[in-house]
Amino acid sequence: MADNKSPIMERIAEANKAATTGIDAKDIKNWITIYIMGKAYKVPADLTILAGMEYAGYKFVRGVGCRQGFCGACATVFRKKGDYKLQTGMACQTRAEDGMYLVQIPFTPAETADYDITKEPYEASVFIKYYPEVARCVSCNTCTKACPQDLEVMDYVQDAIRGDFDGLADVSFDCIQCGLCAMRCPAEIVQYNVAQLGRRMYGRYGQGVPDHLRKRVKEINEGTFNEEMAKITACPVEELRQIYTEREKEPE
Amino acid sequence: MTTTKTETTKTTPTGIAKIPYYPGCTLKTTAKNFENSAIATARALGIELLEIPRWNCCGTVFSLADDDLIHHVASVRNFVRVQEMNDYGLVKNENRLVTLCAMCFNTLKSTNLRMKNNAEDLSKINDLMYREEDYQGKVEVLHFLELLKSLGFEKIRDRVKKPLKGLKIAPYYGCMILRPQEIGIDDPEDPTIQKDLLESLGADPIDTPYKRVCCGSYQTVKEKNIVAELAYDILSHAQKEGAEALATVCPLCAFNLDNRQKEVKAAHPDFEEIPIFYVTQLMAIAFGLGNEFYGFDQNYIDPRPLLKKKALIEQ
Repeated sequence: MADNKSPIMERIAEANKAATTGIDAKDIKNWITIYIMGKAYKVPADLTILAGMEYAGYKFVRGVGCRQGFCGACATVFRKKGDYKLQTGMACQTRAEDGMYLVQIPFTPAETADYDITKEPYEASVFIKYYPEVARCVSCNTCTKACPQDLEVMDYVQDAIRGDFDGLADVSFDCIQCGLCAMRCPAEIVQYNVAQLGRRMYGRYGQGVPDHLRKRVKEINEGTFNEEMAKITACPVEELRQIYTEREKEPE
Repeated sequence: MTTTKTETTKTTPTGIAKIPYYPGCTLKTTAKNFENSAIATARALGIELLEIPRWNCCGTVFSLADDDLIHHVASVRNFVRVQEMNDYGLVKNENRLVTLCAMCFNTLKSTNLRMKNNAEDLSKINDLMYREEDYQGKVEVLHFLELLKSLGFEKIRDRVKKPLKGLKIAPYYGCMILRPQEIGIDDPEDPTIQKDLLESLGADPIDTPYKRVCCGSYQTVKEKNIVAELAYDILSHAQKEGAEALATVCPLCAFNLDNRQKEVKAAHPDFEEIPIFYVTQLMAIAFGLGNEFYGFDQNYIDPRPLLKKKALIEQ
């Protein structure tokens, strides 16, 4: 990427080198001060919150995962210097800034309802049955403001209340279940669990089985791939490795 | 989503008027028959009830506490959505918001009145909703009955294809569209708007003093018997006056008068069950719109035997 040559990318690369390779602190040009649970730490500028905390000496055993913004494990709340707003983000995806006050939220206490979707009617009542607190939503939109995925969280809670499974599945699709919505909700709704119930119901009753899947399952049952499968399972490892390397990839 | 299909005004010579429509949660669940019949009858009258995009719960009940602003946010956010419909050109200069559910109507209109009369409350709510554009206080909350009245009942009479001749219907109003008086759509003591509508449909409206007596409202959740006794009074008095069915525009009243007849019958074995209609279902029949718009399968007491007896639906 051409961006690698931009000054900011160089700074980020330099800062990360300090954190990951243990480069001597005297070689680092830019420093910031962050406050982790109230205590000040001087860390290289341009790190993520997660890397900054690790630089400061924190070791994460839980509350960290993929480091790619996908697993939802490293929820953070923070305030910036001079700003009254309480902000949220994923520690692995949010850049640490000078004067930031922050704390990790490694876990969200929440009830996960026990249900069998094959025994539930495809109606709004399923949400009231397992997560009756959805009816307490006052539409304040605090959940939406907290979402690090920029989902319209309140909108999908409203979809749940009115039984719009399709809308809920669509709006909540990119949820990483970090729990920040539930931590901020004044109505104590556990939005991400509500959404998961909704998506499961939608998957079973709303979406239907796609044609290509139906077709492929039929082919498998008819033994279309039996010969090829037998050939592969009997293959020596070396040959198998070569087949794998040379396999036909899905078009980009 | 069951957002109504967009029609351009150009497709009809008379022109379809598009009006922002607020459904509410009940209209999407246990009162789909109310919504379907209302949308269809409105269309038959040249009005498209255009569902407000991203609408949220109205707030369910209007909070009367002076310092409880958070429970008004839900209503105000819906008014912002109506502004957006104008911004995005879904409607043109149309600040009316039409509701069907009497509870939603009461909550939305009460909140709107408070916002219009109290700039400080409005500014606090706008501030809390800083991600939305400010509510300008220009939305006008209308109940569907008011919209019909503004069209003129004569126009409705002209559209009737199958007059509800000989059908004795007691209009039932409940509280939510009448009280408090500042937001009510009719005389709170002697409302007539449903009677006038039923007359224009060719029905035989039956007057009863119980037309504005509370149905018991949310007591139905915990105290079924209170509601059953109130329903018994309302229904049996209507029957004494000769009513063969009742008409309402409130899903909660409909539930209490219709579904609670099970408890009424248990407490009063001599009670004879009586169908409860949404007034829009009766309009759909009178307009001859067809079975798919009536939604009788959601009525607890099946009204079809009565309608067959009156030759208003097919055998």
